[in-house]
Amino acid sequence: MNSLPPQIDKASDQAMSRRSFLRGCAAFGGVSALAASLAPLRELGDYTNTDQFLQKYYKELTPSDMTKVIDRIEGEVERQYGIRPHVRDLKPMDGVEFVYALNLTRCIGCRKCVHACVKENNQSRSPEIQYIRVLKMPHGSMDVEKGNHNYDSKQVPEKGFLYMPIQCQQCKNPPCVKVCPVNATWQEKDGITVIDYDWCIGCRYCEAACPYWARRFNFTKPQIPKDKINPDMSYLGNRPRKQGVMEKCHFCIQRTRVGKYPACLEVCPVGARKFGNILDPNSEVSYILREKRVFIQLKEEMGTSPRFFYYFDK
Amino acid sequence: MISSIQNYITFLLRCARIACVGDWRYYAWMGALTIICLFGLNAYAKQLAQGLITTGMSDEVSWGVYIANFTFLVGVAAAAVMMVIPVYIYGNEELHDLVIFGELLAVAAIIMCLAFVTVDLGRPDRFWHLIPGIGQMNFPQSMLSWDVLVLNGYLLLNVHICGYLLYCRYQNKKPAKWFYIPFVFLAIAWAVSIHTVTAFLYVGLGGRPFWNASIVGPRFLASAFTAGPAIIIIALQIIRKFTTYRIQDKALLTLRSIVQVSMIINVFLLACEVFKEFYSGTTHSASAKYLFFGLHGHYALVPWIWTAITFNLIAMVILALPLSRSLRWLDVACVLSIIGIWIEKGMGLVIPGFIPTPLGAVVDYMPSLNETLVCLGIWAFGFLCYTIFLRMSVPILQGHLSKANEDEIEAQMTTSTKSHLIKSNFN
Repeated sequence: MNSLPPQIDKASDQAMSRRSFLRGCAAFGGVSALAASLAPLRELGDYTNTDQFLQKYYKELTPSDMTKVIDRIEGEVERQYGIRPHVRDLKPMDGVEFVYALNLTRCIGCRKCVHACVKENNQSRSPEIQYIRVLKMPHGSMDVEKGNHNYDSKQVPEKGFLYMPIQCQQCKNPPCVKVCPVNATWQEKDGITVIDYDWCIGCRYCEAACPYWARRFNFTKPQIPKDKINPDMSYLGNRPRKQGVMEKCHFCIQRTRVGKYPACLEVCPVGARKFGNILDPNSEVSYILREKRVFIQLKEEMGTSPRFFYYFDK
Repeated sequence: MISSIQNYITFLLRCARIACVGDWRYYAWMGALTIICLFGLNAYAKQLAQGLITTGMSDEVSWGVYIANFTFLVGVAAAAVMMVIPVYIYGNEELHDLVIFGELLAVAAIIMCLAFVTVDLGRPDRFWHLIPGIGQMNFPQSMLSWDVLVLNGYLLLNVHICGYLLYCRYQNKKPAKWFYIPFVFLAIAWAVSIHTVTAFLYVGLGGRPFWNASIVGPRFLASAFTAGPAIIIIALQIIRKFTTYRIQDKALLTLRSIVQVSMIINVFLLACEVFKEFYSGTTHSASAKYLFFGLHGHYALVPWIWTAITFNLIAMVILALPLSRSLRWLDVACVLSIIGIWIEKGMGLVIPGFIPTPLGAVVDYMPSLNETLVCLGIWAFGFLCYTIFLRMSVPILQGHLSKANEDEIEAQMTTSTKSHLIKSNFN
């Protein structure tokens, strides 16, 4: 190591002051550059607020917490869309386990269910988020890879094809729930897998885990025209989502937990969709699963045990 | 007690101070990295404001280069054990004084990993939901919660080991064995675990046949133990060139034999995978078909993977031949394997797992400009961290920065001889 004795002279003093001047310039430049690089954050807007940031996990909210949370959500929706919604925290009913059955012989591939769902569940119109994907399959195959996602037929159904609508299968062993690092998604006792949109961190691991491609991510702030808002909302269901969180089909929780049918079922022009309580032996779905000879669970080999069944009339 | 705290604070302050000074090359390098970091930060600010729509990701391909880089860097971090094992288990002499550079590289790599995971989150403001106690950690079910734990644990282990050894050297004290040796051995097992857990992140998904294969874990380790030591070989030569720290060729050649064997195993495991995917010809090989040959008119990844395979094979041949005992050829092989493995783990593993989607749709993925800038920013930040670590540790290891010369340095700091002193350290 070089160990020259300290030499204090005029030249070094000048060098020092020049150096500290340069250092000052560098610091100033650095701070300005940092500020400039962070400028886009000004557009953050209503990204979050203190109440939202500190909000507890759904299962830890007391009834009075929930009242406050619902009040906050109603206020936010009103500010954003100019309409005061009615948000409820609907709980699962006792003795109810929902099951969906879809008649592939009847489905004509009109995609009315897709759009009824978007409307009912306040999905983003731009970019468009849809929970139901209808595959146009060549007759004789159940291999989804042969399906056409983007068919644009003038008239449906086309001869030689089968139409298969796919949405969240509400699995008994949901892989999406298992992988979520923060328990933001879970299965309720009526069989519906729900998401706490205020707890999801947006890692998209559930989206990678789902074998049915049923989950959707809000890649940007969802856009819904003000006059298209459905004000009848539930916390775990169709209240508007934020940028950066997951969403998916929840069997229209805001309807089915008060005894109504899901929107996709009501709109179906051919009655291909059946929904009900599997624990009730007299329900339509119980009858179908008991009496129809052919029904399938999509990708049964995954061991996910869907509560969504496909069947054929003959 | 108070004086020891004072000592420690002085140590930290002196380390911080020395990181801010250097010759013009140091300033140019750090300045350039800072500028790239700021570009990255700017891109990330845009992403925060507008959402992940600024990336090339979609509902079809929901993870992209962020997670790809994360996966690669977990491997780099894990590869520090490839220096630790020879030194602490086999008593290797050549690597003994160099092992700390590997551990510091691991620290920098983990910092980058954590940054890559953070930028991938849709709601980074909710990170606290992951913290056990105040949030909800889905442990042990979620592999991601395992990953959070093992990565942070590994970071702490390495920070402790490096920090303690450097502080002892600074005080010119002999390190107490019980205070770091157990952690060194723990870190060896831990290093294997971080990369295995990261592999399980993918392997555990039954709906993705391309990932749901037990070979992913072993392949991860083999490729990590190739790319990691390859990076260390390059890093050591850079340290040797720009400082007066003595590093023998013999040490580099020891690392060469590690890269050599790992690369052969890596290529063998790749061959195993290719055979399984293509010979059986089941519908589960669609992702592999997409990756290697293209599917339904989509060929986005084909040039990537063949580049990777070509690089890996050339690197393997060079490494296997006596040719690579010459450093120039060794460097060529190292650079080729680093690039080859980066592609193989990123564009070659993360992306094709999503294509086709579980419903059979083929949607290509290409990182956007904004996404690429964020990546470059994080890489620059990682280089910045590693440079700072080296800037602090090299003078300490050489004895230029020690408790003994505390006063002497302070005096010199105020005079023009400072630049001279720094030069002698840094050159």
